[in-house]
Amino acid sequence: MLGKTAGGLYWMFRGLERAENTARLIEAGFRIALTRSSDPTSDWQSVIVTSAQQGAYLAQYDTYTSQNVCDFLLREPSNPSSVLSVVKAARDNARLVRTALTTEVWCAVNETWMVLTELLKKPIAEEDVPQTLEAIRQQSALVRGALHGTMLRNDIYNFCRLGTFIERADSTARIIDVKYHALLPSPSFVGSRLDNVQWEMVLRSVSGHRSFRHAVEGEYNAANIVQFLMLDARFPRSLAFCAAAIVENLDLLAQDYGGESRSLAAAQAMLGRCAGRDVSSIFEEGLHEYTTQILRDLTMLGAMIEQQYRFIQ
Amino acid sequence: MRIKVSHQTEYTYAEPVSGALQQVRLWPVDSPMQRVTDWAVTVDGGRVEAGYSDHHGNQVRLVCADEGVQALTISVEGEVETADTSGILGPVYGRAPLWYFQQPTALTTAGDGVTALADSVRNVTGDLDRYHALSGAILDKVAYVLNQTDMATTAEGAVSQGSGVCQDHANIFVAAARHLGAPARYVSGYLFMDDRIEQDASHAWAEVHLDGLGWVGFDVSNQISPDERYVRLAIGRDAKDAAPISGLRMGQGDENLVVSLQVQQ
Amino acid sequence: MDKPKTFFNEMIGNGTPRAPYAKYGSWFSAQNGDRLAQKSQEAEGFFRRAGITFNVYGQADAEERLIPFDLVPRILSNSEWTKLAKGVEQRVRAINAFLHDIYNRQEILRAGVVPTRLIAQNDAFLPQMMDFVPPGGVYTHIVGTDIVRTGADEFFVLEDNARTPSGVSYMLENRETMLQMFPELFSQIKVQRVSDYPKNLRASLEASAPPNCEGRPFVVVLTPGIHNSAYYEHSFLADQMGVELVEGHDLRIVDGKIAVRTTRGYRTVDVIYRRVDDDFLDPLTFNPTSMLGVPGIMDVYRAGNITIANAPGTGVADDKAIYSYMPQIVEFYTGEKAILKNVETHRCSEPEALKYVLDNLADLVVKEVHGSGGYGMLVGPAASRQEIEDFRAKLKARPANYIAQPTLSLSTVPIFTDAGLAPRHVDLRPFALMSPGSVDIAPGGLTRVALTEGSLVVNSSQGGGTKDTWVLED
Repeated sequence: MLGKTAGGLYWMFRGLERAENTARLIEAGFRIALTRSSDPTSDWQSVIVTSAQQGAYLAQYDTYTSQNVCDFLLREPSNPSSVLSVVKAARDNARLVRTALTTEVWCAVNETWMVLTELLKKPIAEEDVPQTLEAIRQQSALVRGALHGTMLRNDIYNFCRLGTFIERADSTARIIDVKYHALLPSPSFVGSRLDNVQWEMVLRSVSGHRSFRHAVEGEYNAANIVQFLMLDARFPRSLAFCAAAIVENLDLLAQDYGGESRSLAAAQAMLGRCAGRDVSSIFEEGLHEYTTQILRDLTMLGAMIEQQYRFIQ
Repeated sequence: MRIKVSHQTEYTYAEPVSGALQQVRLWPVDSPMQRVTDWAVTVDGGRVEAGYSDHHGNQVRLVCADEGVQALTISVEGEVETADTSGILGPVYGRAPLWYFQQPTALTTAGDGVTALADSVRNVTGDLDRYHALSGAILDKVAYVLNQTDMATTAEGAVSQGSGVCQDHANIFVAAARHLGAPARYVSGYLFMDDRIEQDASHAWAEVHLDGLGWVGFDVSNQISPDERYVRLAIGRDAKDAAPISGLRMGQGDENLVVSLQVQQ
Repeated sequence: MDKPKTFFNEMIGNGTPRAPYAKYGSWFSAQNGDRLAQKSQEAEGFFRRAGITFNVYGQADAEERLIPFDLVPRILSNSEWTKLAKGVEQRVRAINAFLHDIYNRQEILRAGVVPTRLIAQNDAFLPQMMDFVPPGGVYTHIVGTDIVRTGADEFFVLEDNARTPSGVSYMLENRETMLQMFPELFSQIKVQRVSDYPKNLRASLEASAPPNCEGRPFVVVLTPGIHNSAYYEHSFLADQMGVELVEGHDLRIVDGKIAVRTTRGYRTVDVIYRRVDDDFLDPLTFNPTSMLGVPGIMDVYRAGNITIANAPGTGVADDKAIYSYMPQIVEFYTGEKAILKNVETHRCSEPEALKYVLDNLADLVVKEVHGSGGYGMLVGPAASRQEIEDFRAKLKARPANYIAQPTLSLSTVPIFTDAGLAPRHVDLRPFALMSPGSVDIAPGGLTRVALTEGSLVVNSSQGGGTKDTWVLED
């Protein structure tokens, strides 16, 4: 396979994952702003902060309203992380690697681009937001289904999966990091109603609010949530789950290609930091320090994969 | 005359190079004017990736700098036995037809300046006299001055600024000769100088095709036709075609070029 | 008043279907119009979902467009096709011999058959190809020959495309679409297959590999990238052949050969089917600003270590001034009369021809010698007085830049419209593959159709559509 193709596949699936994560984040914000909040402005601000794009947002808007935030995150062409931009980029990558994809996957990505471009052509009225987000989720599911159902399980598939899980781990770590204040066990917040909103935002933005109730016996508290988001290997958006998936795919590549794999060693080290750990040791280390390190590890791992598999010259 | 050439071209790069290619035309070929008795080109800091004879009959090697080097050196050591043919190469032809040497190139398109030079000798009778007159007219108009022109200077550009080096003189000559209707070409090579061994750069002159004589050389800078002191290296329609070394480099950083050349008996 | 012209209708003659359309005609008359309309829409949806699009230059808002597909096939009998194919083969062989000659001994110029001026002043003539023979002696691995028809037995070559002809993906996709929409048709009517084309293309390219190639030749398709108007075709052909689709920056020189960067390291490439124009192929030898090519590839090429298909410099054979000499070129190299006729062509570089053209602009089609895609041309009968006068000025300023031809009474084939069948003008581009020693032509080719009533311009960039082209088995 061409190095460029491997890179195209990796970035294509990072993009698709990012689109889905953004949709989920808006959904969380939307729900909370509509149903729970006494201060929607700060809720929407929190959505922008969580998306790690406050600077770019403020360069364009003065106020945090649902319309502005949705516009910026869903359809702003100058925002390279807007759903419209990443879906366009993912589709460009898909064209680039067309010969590595099955017709089903290609058509699914192409259709996703067509559907979302049409849908995001004009500003989304508030009442249409849920439908739009639903469409984004459905299109993602369509691509994922085509990938799982039709692609050979070879190196091509591994590069797709690496893109997905590195992006997802990055997104989960970022969400935790942005909210780490709210998640710190401090005397003032124990039992506080206010902070439930913050937790819910976090859990909803990773589609984890239901899973959490199912998976975790204990109550809504910082330790339980951090444990769930980071260390619970059953939850497909947890860091532990993503790290294991990254290791699995790099391991398959290493077996296929033979020889030493630097990126596999790095991924295994990262897995060691988020699996089989006790949550209290993370708080001990410092939640912010811990997530910062994970984010740094992910960036380095991405660069390492890019170099080892010759994505670029 | 037995002429010994020692010619070193060294490129140094401020940053390690990620890709630098040089097309090298440093192989003289046997002709009525010269016989190559000993010739070796060595490359340091790079590899020869391809070798072939180009469309003008020049021997070409493609040299790639090694990944990450900061210097690339191309060295020539050789000996050529030359003969004085009064500048006449004669009816020696490659595949490129004569009409091809009548076509202008980007460097040798005649503008007003070149046209005026050509027209000034148009009525001189006798082919040889006419082109000697052209040679004289060019030097009168374009003085030999170093460092006023470069590889990208066109024939017309050198005429309008009124100065240049052997390369510009040869470009102007071929441009004007073509304007007069004759096939003409650029020659790069070496010149043995009576008064010195160390030289700053290789030499260049022109050849024009005359009925009955075939190819005849004219060195505008020295106002003579090449004799036994000249070694022909490469030909082409202009300085770019016949450049002993022409290259392309990817990546940033300054490039510095040092040439060391000794031509002796 | 213009005299009413009659056009040869390939489907209907004297009110009944012509022989090749007999079976299709009876099938069609039994169809329900609504069902066909629905099928037609389905086909468009299919093309869109599959991304079978082309990019239009200079149109930012409509970056990707579909080439409209019409569901009524264009049908040729076996005997009609056999003659056409013979003519195309003859022409392709002559073009290849011409290129070999032009870049080597130039006998045809010495013989005075083609004026030297046409080569000397031709931008497509690449001196760097002189005194060199590509691997296997093949210059034009792929040729698309544009043919028009004016009567039952009247076929003319309109243009030879010897550089990087496009459109073959539409030939293949159109058949695939027809097979999906109307499988029953293909069990009733025996149509010659075109689906072997990708396999044949690959075999043909492999057969042209450099002689020192070891093992099965490694073939790649070189594309300028996803923004090129024909990118879809590039990826389609790479996919169908089962070879890699690369861009310039995927390639470099390793150990004297061209190599491609893979996830496992660099791998030697033997044959490049390039869809990048000559000028952009090698910044070291040609346009130094090109980012689309491979620096040094021409040196490797001349050293005999890579095959470039088509060879650089083939454009010298397909411009419209050379076209006018094609009957003589065919005869010069094959010793036979040209089987396919040329359209009468006036070379405006010649004073008498220019006078005639200026006097008859309203009746002629005037084209740029080096133009393509239907740009920069004047269709006299369809032009306004002002357009004709504007063109007259251009023509007078640079006569050698133009040729003129009579407007041909192009044949028609019906298209399916809301109001039923309606005749539209068509042309045909068969695709010929050349490898050392053999020429292989896919039965049929791409039929382009001018969708606007009365229009003679079939180019996709000017609103033309396409049809599936059938060559019957019998």
